[in-house]
Amino acid sequence: MLPAFEGSRIVYVTTLPSYRQFVQPARFYTVCDGSLWNKVCLVRMAAKILWILALERPDVIISTGAAPGYFALRMGRWFGATTIWVDSIANVEKLSLSGRKIGPYADLWLTQWPHLARPEGPRFEGAVL
Amino acid sequence: MIFVTVGTQLPFDRLTRAIDEWAGLHGRGEEVFAQVGPTEWRPKHMRWSPFITAEEFARRTREARVIVAHAGMGSIITALELGKPILVMPRRASLGEHRNEHQMATASHFQALGRIAVALDEQELLEKLGSVSDLSAADRIAHTASPRLLRALARFAGCGIPSAVADANDARAFEHRDFPAAPALEEEATIGAQGGV
Repeated sequence: MLPAFEGSRIVYVTTLPSYRQFVQPARFYTVCDGSLWNKVCLVRMAAKILWILALERPDVIISTGAAPGYFALRMGRWFGATTIWVDSIANVEKLSLSGRKIGPYADLWLTQWPHLARPEGPRFEGAVL
Repeated sequence: MIFVTVGTQLPFDRLTRAIDEWAGLHGRGEEVFAQVGPTEWRPKHMRWSPFITAEEFARRTREARVIVAHAGMGSIITALELGKPILVMPRRASLGEHRNEHQMATASHFQALGRIAVALDEQELLEKLGSVSDLSAADRIAHTASPRLLRALARFAGCGIPSAVADANDARAFEHRDFPAAPALEEEATIGAQGGV
């Protein structure tokens, strides 16, 4: 999806440290892989995302999920960011839990599967593959 | 090289035995490597390992001419990202190959996009093995998203038209034209801007 944002400064937040090499020299943060099944990590992850948002003050926040993306979009709105959710292409039968709950907080709420699009959202506007 | 993979959680001998037999009869000259999972059975006509690391998985996918796999999301997405033709046989819960029938749904959705070949049984598997490399010749994977998605993202984020799509036409094989057109994005972009961008 990077070509959509060419010309903009991009900051990355992910749970996988090994991805740093693919995005050099952009700023890159890792957060704990929290979920409903790992709540301690979830709290640390939310706190770090809040800190990153306060530091970076993004204009636009985009995520394919799951929990880190959910927190980034919800908290990102407190900072006035435009929020974009692109539900992962791996969610082919139904939206992810975070993808369902993010609806009211995503300025652009997308699924990558046409059969999952709904009149009230999410919309289908193509896929990453 | 043909790379066969069945994931790490359960064996899938219905697939791997069929390929092993094929390799014995027809496969001479082309290397076949199979990641066969936790099975007691031992292949006779192909190189194999029950499990491989993520790095080896990516490497073998990159080196393969064709991937033959269970309908696991990781296998499918890796193959598509690396531009490899993939022939998929879904695991069936009814045969004890999986906990549920998700693989049938996964396979049929990706097949509907024209991105993968699907075989439901051993006979179909062997029939399609011969022609699967024709599959995505017309649809080489770009390492970027579809032009439609790039345009939608760029417009919404307030960026200019991405150069990657400035000249692209919309006639990509898997865009679904028969879905109702989404309302004009310009309206929503304005709403987004009022939200404080």
